[in-house]
Amino acid sequence: MKQKNNLIPALTGIILLLVFVILLENISSLIPNLPQVFQPTSPLFTVLKKAAVYSLVAVSMNLLNGFTGLFSLGQAGFMLLGAYTYAILTVPSDMKDQVYYLFGGCAFDFSLVDFFRSIFGAGGFGGAVALVLACLTALILAGCVAGLFAYLIGFPVLRLKSDYLAIATLGFAEILRAIFQWQKLGPITNGANMIKGFPTFSDFNITDSSGNVILRLSTFVPFLLTTICIVLIVCLINSSYGRAFKSIRDDEIASEAMGIGLFKHKTMSFVISSFFAGVGGGMFAMYVANAQAKAFTSTMTYEILLIVVIGGIGSVSGSIIATFLYVACSEWWLRFLDSEMYIGGFKVPLLRNGFRMVVFSVVIMVIVLFFSQGIMGDRELDLKAITGYLTGKKRAKAKEKVPAGKEGDK
Amino acid sequence: MEYVISVLLSGISVGGQYALIAIGYTLVYGILRLINFAHGDVFMVAGLLGIYLTATLPISISLPLVIVLTVALGFTIERAAYKPLREAPRMSVMISAIGVSYLLQNTATYVTGGQPMTYPTIPFLSDTVNVAGTQTKWVVLITPVLVLILVIALTQLINKTKVGMAMRAVSKDFETSRLMGIKIHSVISVTFIIGSALAAVGSVLFFTNYPAVTPTVGSMPGLKAFVAAVFGGIGSIPGAVLGAFLIGICETIIKGLPSSWDVSVFSDAFTFALLIVILAFKPQGLFGEAATDKV
Repeated sequence: MKQKNNLIPALTGIILLLVFVILLENISSLIPNLPQVFQPTSPLFTVLKKAAVYSLVAVSMNLLNGFTGLFSLGQAGFMLLGAYTYAILTVPSDMKDQVYYLFGGCAFDFSLVDFFRSIFGAGGFGGAVALVLACLTALILAGCVAGLFAYLIGFPVLRLKSDYLAIATLGFAEILRAIFQWQKLGPITNGANMIKGFPTFSDFNITDSSGNVILRLSTFVPFLLTTICIVLIVCLINSSYGRAFKSIRDDEIASEAMGIGLFKHKTMSFVISSFFAGVGGGMFAMYVANAQAKAFTSTMTYEILLIVVIGGIGSVSGSIIATFLYVACSEWWLRFLDSEMYIGGFKVPLLRNGFRMVVFSVVIMVIVLFFSQGIMGDRELDLKAITGYLTGKKRAKAKEKVPAGKEGDK
Repeated sequence: MEYVISVLLSGISVGGQYALIAIGYTLVYGILRLINFAHGDVFMVAGLLGIYLTATLPISISLPLVIVLTVALGFTIERAAYKPLREAPRMSVMISAIGVSYLLQNTATYVTGGQPMTYPTIPFLSDTVNVAGTQTKWVVLITPVLVLILVIALTQLINKTKVGMAMRAVSKDFETSRLMGIKIHSVISVTFIIGSALAAVGSVLFFTNYPAVTPTVGSMPGLKAFVAAVFGGIGSIPGAVLGAFLIGICETIIKGLPSSWDVSVFSDAFTFALLIVILAFKPQGLFGEAATDKV
């Protein structure tokens, strides 16, 4: 009941957010002489892009860890699958020889970009349609590959209990990383080298014929994709399947007694979470403009897990807020800790390369030990507060967080 | 033939070093049901301590000091990061362990500046010796012997002493052993102290044979040692040691295969494949006891 009443404000909020992102991104070309923060090269946009990608992965991990109670540490592995699927499918044919030069060209002679270009044409509006379709198809396929793989490994792995499950999924991620670095698979995965040359977020900026950017969309695109995915996840969580997941989390035996197929629902949650992790991996490849197995280490999984914990296990909005805070702190706000600083001739002690991460991990430990609920616990932001947040009132949001009561009735 | 012997020898020695870490895992898991993700990083810190201490102090003082400081670190971690969460869900403790691992790695990066540090040559251990026609270091021969001695001592400690009895009781049932007057917090601390001391010994042996210490060097041996512990049956010390030797030997064999096959990238992956096979077919491991779930 309540959900229907909330539909319109929620949609308005999302649309407002997306419009806001477009405006923010293009504001420097509309109004001249703005401070550096609003220029396209500012760290603000790096943070926004990275956080948009990470928040999708964090929410997908939360779906599994927080809502289904399956403690999986395989997120980086599924991201890797997604990133490689996206990259391999979209590198244009004329780039392949250059990217795979160590292996004398690519064994996989197909590119979605070329395929759609052959239908819609390469330039102008047709080119844009081809680009969008190619990226969308590749991202969905990236998710599907990750999901399919999750389905396969789910059979042995999902029968395991808590920490055995964690270590087994972590193991799968490490195995995947080794396979993708294997030189024998070089003609497809480019071995231990990175794959690049595929469409990235900045390819979505609309340029005129002389190459000048008319409309920047490079931050808008990850926001749009992430929003769509997270809305899908939230719908799932609020459906009867979501309630089944939560009951499994709270008590496996009781929910089995209530007629919930444990294995079926666990597999479902695992596959869906991995699907979105795969999509997130594809977007991560778009964000860093390359795909390399070396990047998807277990440290990445730990990072995402810590984000989920900071945001509150079992809270979607918590994960999103925590991602933006985490990425902003690590990429931007705490950067100053890494460089030497003088206050009026006095050298501030301890500040040098690496100090930022030490401070950061101490803060994380404090949160883990003393605020185990995280920012949001298992509550969600009230819609009113979200709309306030979406329109840019960041501060208001933190104070206005209203417990939404039981999640089931949201 | 000589090649086979040298591969086997180094496999046994790597296995022995994993065994020393694996004991720490299996003891802690046996009692707290916690995968102590930070254990591999404690091992790394012990390596760094070895580098910094031997730079200023003579070997005879610095090596015991490394063990003492590592024990202190392990004790502090347990008190600061795990003890407050004794009543919390198991997953929170594991997250805390991941947090500690993250903290130790980042601190190590900060202190070393991210540069790989070369481990000092320890006299005698680094000297070469000729075994059946192959040149090898003394450490390779000493490791299995030392591991054997330590394991025998440890099993005696666990089976014959009062502390050992308390440890066995706590690992069976937390609440009941508390009712029997066992101070579980000090028993748990003892477990961490033993584990860290063994990790420190392991680090001296491991890094003598290893090019450099980096902040992330501990995570892989740590995970492998955990797999060894699972393989042997969690809580069982002989099992963990056997598993560690098996993993060490298999790993060096994979690394020693002809380079045209190009499979050395799988030396880490093999361990995890082994883990998944065990978990799928014999989850209680070789010597572990099958756990029963009471509803």
